[in-house]
Amino acid sequence: MQNSIGAPKQRLSLSDPKVRAWVFQIVTVVAVITLGWFLFDNTQTNLAHRGITSGFGFLERSAGFGIAQHLIDYTEADSYARVFVIGLLNTLLVTFIGVILATILGFIVGVARLSQNWIISKLATVYVEVFRNIPPLLQILFWYFAVFLSMPGPRAAHNFGDTFFVSSRGLNMPAALVADGFWPFVISVVLAIVAIVLMTRWANKRFEATGEPFHKFWVGLALFLVIPALSALLFGAPVHWEMPELKGFNFVGGWVLIPELLALTLALTVYTAAFIAEIVRSGIKSVSHGQTEAARSLGLRNAPTLSKVIIPQALRVIIPPLTSQYLNLAKNSSLAAGIGYPEMVSLFAGTVLNQTGQAIEVIAITMSVYLAISISISLLMNWYNKRIALIER
Amino acid sequence: MTTHTFKPDMPPPSSSIGVVAWMRANMFSSWINTLLTLFAFYLIYLIIPPLLHWAILDANWVGTTRADCTKEGACWVFIQQRFGQFMYGYYPADLRWRVDLTVWLAVIGAAPLFISRFPRKAIYGLSFLVVYPIVAWCLLHGGVFGLVAVATSQWGGLMLTLVIATVGIAGALPLGIVLALGRRSNMPAIRVVCVTFIEFWRGVPLITVLFMSSVMLPLFLPEGMNFDKLLRALIGVILFQSAYVAEVVRGGLQAIPKGQYEAAAAMGLGYWRSMGLVILPQALKLVIPGIVNTFIALFKDTSLVIIIGLFDLLNSVKQAAADPKWLGMATEGYVFAALVFWIFCFGMSRYSMHLERKLDTGHKR
Repeated sequence: MQNSIGAPKQRLSLSDPKVRAWVFQIVTVVAVITLGWFLFDNTQTNLAHRGITSGFGFLERSAGFGIAQHLIDYTEADSYARVFVIGLLNTLLVTFIGVILATILGFIVGVARLSQNWIISKLATVYVEVFRNIPPLLQILFWYFAVFLSMPGPRAAHNFGDTFFVSSRGLNMPAALVADGFWPFVISVVLAIVAIVLMTRWANKRFEATGEPFHKFWVGLALFLVIPALSALLFGAPVHWEMPELKGFNFVGGWVLIPELLALTLALTVYTAAFIAEIVRSGIKSVSHGQTEAARSLGLRNAPTLSKVIIPQALRVIIPPLTSQYLNLAKNSSLAAGIGYPEMVSLFAGTVLNQTGQAIEVIAITMSVYLAISISISLLMNWYNKRIALIER
Repeated sequence: MTTHTFKPDMPPPSSSIGVVAWMRANMFSSWINTLLTLFAFYLIYLIIPPLLHWAILDANWVGTTRADCTKEGACWVFIQQRFGQFMYGYYPADLRWRVDLTVWLAVIGAAPLFISRFPRKAIYGLSFLVVYPIVAWCLLHGGVFGLVAVATSQWGGLMLTLVIATVGIAGALPLGIVLALGRRSNMPAIRVVCVTFIEFWRGVPLITVLFMSSVMLPLFLPEGMNFDKLLRALIGVILFQSAYVAEVVRGGLQAIPKGQYEAAAAMGLGYWRSMGLVILPQALKLVIPGIVNTFIALFKDTSLVIIIGLFDLLNSVKQAAADPKWLGMATEGYVFAALVFWIFCFGMSRYSMHLERKLDTGHKR
């Protein structure tokens, strides 16, 4: 408020917006705190009545149940804390595979929808409209119960070249076991990456100084193939493959992807890809045709028009909604509880909660895991988005 | 003197009109397009004929038991026999007319809202929104006016799916609008509370919210106070969904030009009146398609109540497919459920697109 000459001494009154704002905020804060205290107090009394001791001590206790899939060693004698880690790793595994596959499939379908080829674009449209309008949980159940569990048993498994076998027990595939040449191979891959980075820097510098382009992609590809191949020749193969073999009623050897994992990944990939396709399509369409024409009139050919003009501008539109699709995928991985794939929700909020009865702790841990995943994905994508964002004056 | 007469136009060359030309332009314009077309035809060949055979040509349509399904294809007898369960769950068969009546009342009552020339739409809409839920509750739950009470544990099937979705969105809308206003508020304390609330619910999956509402809510409440399972699920759904509605509404609020806020302030309107009379009517109109999309997402998400043991459409199907009398009918059941969900979601998404075109005033920012 401005001081005016002869104004009466200001009093605190509710008609002053500033005072009202303060009152309003104080009331809100007090209400939130009271509600929190009310819930806390109720919980304390309820817990005392039921004789549940709160605290995270239960994490130390031995779990005593088996888990169908664990990425780290696990026995029934291990603690609940280890069960938590296994659940977390399984969630991350599904999210990771799902994000990669859904991105690839989504980009293909999205571009296909824009194709000049009538039938291809119609097929892509049908794909998008069918799969994004069916609940993901239903798709997961369908893949699991109607597809994988009704497949023939291992003895009559679908055989793909004696290396991959699909049966009701899941997908059996060759396992890569570490061989003599493994460490030299890893070092050579690192060397190749360093060489490519140095080469790119040098090429960019030369391009800026002289304007002469350099075949970065092909030279990079050659470096990436030749250096590890040399290592394999000199030090022996990095891995040796262990083939799955049918012995008795099941496969022995090799890696096995359990049907729960397959159903979950497939369903989430197919579902999320439908959304990503729409995002990609609208992103590409958002770049006006004038941009293509301008690039043409500058004399750019097809490939540089795409890579230097269209894609960078489309990505700006694509990245933010793509991020939320990745987040959705991470959150939807919790639907695994419907088919019993051992991830965070079904393993930790399901089995562990039932065994220990520590509802508050278990749910709090589970929720904070998802919050942490959400926040880290959005931070990562925000950072990337900021890097490619248009710098406005 | 002769006047020059033009010769009639020649018809276009036969290679540039008709089916052949269209196919040449749209499907076989280059060798790569030709390859893609052939690939697409191969895909269609792989998918369509077996699907047709399974779903229609070789399917079993009549019968009463599993033994009647003798042909290769799908056994739709299963769906016919269990249709009541899929639609109404365990709602008593002789009382199902009440559910039908509720649905018809909704359709008839809401129909005027979709007629653009209907007078006093806002007043009618508001009174409908107030009266209908009460009528629906009386009809569905009973216990008043001499109607036999039906416990919510007997509700199920598509009916339960619709109840959760509509109550969820109806409860989430007002809460979401308040949260969106709070997030755009100038008061830091309000803003912090709203942002925390929104980001918390958006960061966790609905399934954990449902777990929470089923195992933690009883702990939060005073002794002796207990909700039934459906109400607990509804509370979880409403809290969860309000965060998403809030973000949609915030988008609408941000799209309103600053001049509108300033104009409202210049007219001497206070906060509530400038929001209620100037900003929100415009913002909400902008976000109707977004809210329909949120509703579609919620409709799909209702299937998650399977986790806490409510018998919605999907859980009814799952349950029926596990019946020893109908073993091996999982595919038919899921395909049927998928079809029902698809019809609803696809219809709503078309409607949302239609609205978007209709509401587009042409001056986007």
